Amino acid sequence: MQTHPKKLIVIITESALESLLVKDILALGAHGYTICDVRGGGRHGAREAAWEADRNIRVEVICDDPTSNAIAEHVRQKYSLNYATTLFVTDVGVLRPEKF
Amino acid sequence: MDPVVLFFLLGVIARLARSDLRLPEAMYEGLSIYLLLAIGLKGGVELAKHPIGPLLPQVGGVIVLGAVLPLLAFPVLRYVGRFNRFDAASVAAHYGSVSMVTFAVAMAYLLERGISHEQYMPLFVVLLEVPGIVVGILLAKLGAERRVEWGALAHEVLFGRSIVLLTGGLLIGWISGPEALAPQAKLFFELFKAVLALFMLEMGLVAAGRIRDLRKTGLFLLGFGTVVPIVFAAIGGLVAHAIGLSLGGAILLGTLAASASYIAAPAAMRIAVPEANPSLSLAASLGVTFPFNVLAGIPLYHRLLSWLYGV
Repeated sequence: MQTHPKKLIVIITESALESLLVKDILALGAHGYTICDVRGGGRHGAREAAWEADRNIRVEVICDDPTSNAIAEHVRQKYSLNYATTLFVTDVGVLRPEKF
Repeated sequence: MDPVVLFFLLGVIARLARSDLRLPEAMYEGLSIYLLLAIGLKGGVELAKHPIGPLLPQVGGVIVLGAVLPLLAFPVLRYVGRFNRFDAASVAAHYGSVSMVTFAVAMAYLLERGISHEQYMPLFVVLLEVPGIVVGILLAKLGAERRVEWGALAHEVLFGRSIVLLTGGLLIGWISGPEALAPQAKLFFELFKAVLALFMLEMGLVAAGRIRDLRKTGLFLLGFGTVVPIVFAAIGGLVAHAIGLSLGGAILLGTLAASASYIAAPAAMRIAVPEANPSLSLAASLGVTFPFNVLAGIPLYHRLLSWLYGV
């Protein structure tokens, strides 16, 4: 089975950001996204307030490398300062590269 | 003590004892949709019985009250509490807005004691939800360079679940009248107290969960969250007296003034004032003020306002 390399970028953040984030992602060139409701905890940036179980979303986008970089940079600049965000990128293999 | 309050305490104790009791999220959402609709419907049906004219000055007075309260809270938070302008504005917005559940508990309290009140008070719940939030945002933005996404914000605030259901309920009740709503009356009016009791169980669980945040934010919020509601209740009562509400109406308006939002305001603040620390404002409104109002505040305001009304 031939798979083609793409990037999977995962953003876990506050659910309040959902509509803004989706708009940004699509504007930056992503063709689609998947969202699920998650919960968790951790330390938010420099602030001492540790997030206990709160409503979060996990946004997954499969895209090419430049788009993934653009999204990561955008989230870093616009959201990571004031909102709890976790972002990571992994390599995935897809069957239909034109879809992403 | 009202059984409704005992349910709240049960939730608090369960959470503090680290029980795994949890209301499923869907159930919590369903119960709150029910409460909002029921309050709106009841208010709307009563509103239809009143001529609009004499209500207008009352509406104006209530809106002004909602806008003024955060202006009073802000300096206390900023200069006494030494919060930065964003946190001060955010907490002020929370206290300028209202808690629908606190209102429901106050209504149950009045019903239990046979104190009559203007049945169209739910209209004021709607009116008081928004001005406080807007003023809080303006306080945060004064002098700051960042621009507010007013579009997204307006959508969030005006079409948020609480406003849509309360206003929708009011309109449906107002248009339909009591006869048309008779088939729904059993569900919406008779079951209200039972649903509120279940909901308060969840509120106890959630409020107790905020106690950890309180230890970090310190004693100031503990003091603020108990003293300011009393002051605001007095102001609300004075306004009620000035616009000609009954004692029951004054207790409700005072309770609304004393209550702090923990759904509408946090959601709006997260978008409009992201620099504000949400755990701070939630610890105050949900961890301190909501339990205070429910356990001690409402009876206290009753006594205070009875004295004001010379009853």
